[in-house]
Amino acid sequence: MTLAPLTRTRRVLVCCGSGGVGKTTTAAVLAMEGARQGRRAVVVTIDPAKRLADALGLETLADTPTRIDGDWPGELWAMMLDTKSTFDALVFKYAPSKSQAESILRNRFYRNISTALSGTQEYMAMEKLYELHEEGGFELVVVDTPPTRNALDFIDAPRRLTRFLDNRIFRWLMMPTRAYLKAVNVATRTLLRTISRVVGTEVVQDVVAFFQAFEGMEEGFRQRAERVLHLLSDPATAFLLVTTPRADALKEGRFFAAKLEEAGIPVEALVVNRMHPRFARIGADILRKRAADQAGSELAGLYENLADFTQLAEVEEANVAELSERVKPAPLVRVPFLPTDVHDLEGLAELGKYLFDGDGEPAPVAETR
Amino acid sequence: MRAEPSFDGLRDGKELVDPARFCSQSRLVIVAGKGGVGKTTMTAALAVMAAGAGLRTLIVEVEGKTGLGTAFGRGELSYDEAELAEGIRARTITPDQALLEYLEDHGMRRLSKRLTNTGFLDVVATAAPGIKDILVLGKVKQLEREGDADFIVLDAPAAGHAVTFLQSARGLLDAVRVGPVRTQAEQVQEMLTDPARCQVLLVTLPEETPVNEAVETAARLRERVGVHLLGIVVNGLYPPVRGLDDAAELLGQVPADEAEPLRAAAAFRQSRNELQRDQLARLADGLDLPQLRLPFLFSPELGPREIDVLATALADAVGALETAS
Repeated sequence: MTLAPLTRTRRVLVCCGSGGVGKTTTAAVLAMEGARQGRRAVVVTIDPAKRLADALGLETLADTPTRIDGDWPGELWAMMLDTKSTFDALVFKYAPSKSQAESILRNRFYRNISTALSGTQEYMAMEKLYELHEEGGFELVVVDTPPTRNALDFIDAPRRLTRFLDNRIFRWLMMPTRAYLKAVNVATRTLLRTISRVVGTEVVQDVVAFFQAFEGMEEGFRQRAERVLHLLSDPATAFLLVTTPRADALKEGRFFAAKLEEAGIPVEALVVNRMHPRFARIGADILRKRAADQAGSELAGLYENLADFTQLAEVEEANVAELSERVKPAPLVRVPFLPTDVHDLEGLAELGKYLFDGDGEPAPVAETR
Repeated sequence: MRAEPSFDGLRDGKELVDPARFCSQSRLVIVAGKGGVGKTTMTAALAVMAAGAGLRTLIVEVEGKTGLGTAFGRGELSYDEAELAEGIRARTITPDQALLEYLEDHGMRRLSKRLTNTGFLDVVATAAPGIKDILVLGKVKQLEREGDADFIVLDAPAAGHAVTFLQSARGLLDAVRVGPVRTQAEQVQEMLTDPARCQVLLVTLPEETPVNEAVETAARLRERVGVHLLGIVVNGLYPPVRGLDDAAELLGQVPADEAEPLRAAAAFRQSRNELQRDQLARLADGLDLPQLRLPFLFSPELGPREIDVLATALADAVGALETAS
């Protein structure tokens, strides 16, 4: 099987999966394939660990797309998401005046929202994706998702942030005069006093100032969030599930698949990185028996070794098949355990062979170096 | 008071290291590493090793859904302590629950429901970032002080988050000048920087990116948190195999259809061994910490039996420390 139709026909590809399974590198390979197919492609990473820059053979990446030169008819661009500057741009977009936008940007509570509020990073990733898709002139946008605590925060994030900005308590907070405070019930006043006592009055003042400055912008934010969500469920967008065959990663994978299904979003490809090779057609139990026959000899060690890898490959294959069945008819591609991480475009192209040329079947006998 | 052997002393071979001694360097050990390196597994193995050494052990989980309970053949953990195995209890600590408990303990029970139901904790947490983490760490500190458990293993959030998580106390000390949050942050920071009370055990894999990230995380934890590092577990090393070096010779006697896969598997193992050795060397170059090397388990499922195997291997690795240098 191959993922070539996805990179050829879709406009947005989202790679999801748990941490450490190779999402960022997979995203880079997908975007590069888009460029090879003649499209104008961009890959966006949320991973602050510079994995994407490293995979492309670069020192660093900026928070605006950088063009990567290569021998392909299309274009490849890459960028690293900066949550705060993305949020800042949104504020400028929806603020009625430049001075209002600036006063929001100066507010300490706002600075915390853009860096510390959980879900903001996810939301900004989706926002950036939308922006690149709508306004960046890119035919293919590939993004990896943050290794978030709550697997699918990024689907929920836009709504969560708008809910946060709509919170009724903030409305009360925004009412600065005593007259209003009288209208607020006793419990809320007690609450505010307690908060002030715990975190200090200046913190509460920051919050109040922020919501005053933000007044009137919620609607713009909400509409934008709805459009972002709409793009995620658009047929031009595809979600890919990236995993490894280890039990914990597969468990997360099943969880992701279930969550996506709940959200009405199909998994359109399953990429399994770091598969162990299968060396023998013979079953592991027969090999164990051979080892037992040779017990005590060095040859027994070699049989045990083969039995270990065969057993591992059998179980990995069975586990992967189960997940694949779950996300049917999504194509399954397997990428073997590679000796090194990818550090340049050649390495990415090498990896691409497994995603775009292969038949997706496990190699009968693995090549070794 | 507890003994305070320095790790350098141990490495010089002056002191006998055994699991009990290893685990009594500090009551609290925080296990940290990036996703997918086996952090939760190591939390479990460390707990089993400690319990085996006769220490009443408590596992604390802060992220939920780690599968720690299931690894012991039990269900998911909850805020209430439950026994997972003999001598091992476990619980979760979430910010919401820690806040509820804090407010109730301080006579603000009526407020507590309102705070959590309205999502107000999110506002407060945004107004003063790190406050959720300090609620969790404050509770951990309370458990550490109470001393009901001899040994507490905290399964920290994954890599990048671990630094943010442990940095919360220092961050809040800058932001909040007075009040209960400041007091809490001071006490947590005191615990984190006292090696007799708390140390961090890092976990990584003998692979390129995990090694890089372990070196970075170690530097950040030392500089930004000031916490003491106990050592680094390198997980997933292929155990030695007899006959690997003589494969070519040995396979002369074997029928061709079996000789070929045997040769290929042996060559694969050898190439992986070399890669792992290189990564161990890179790790040693980049990070001055004792390495505790644990075997790759071919069994793909993680259950009580696998944890026992790893706990035994961990005890062996601890025992090997004194002779390491």
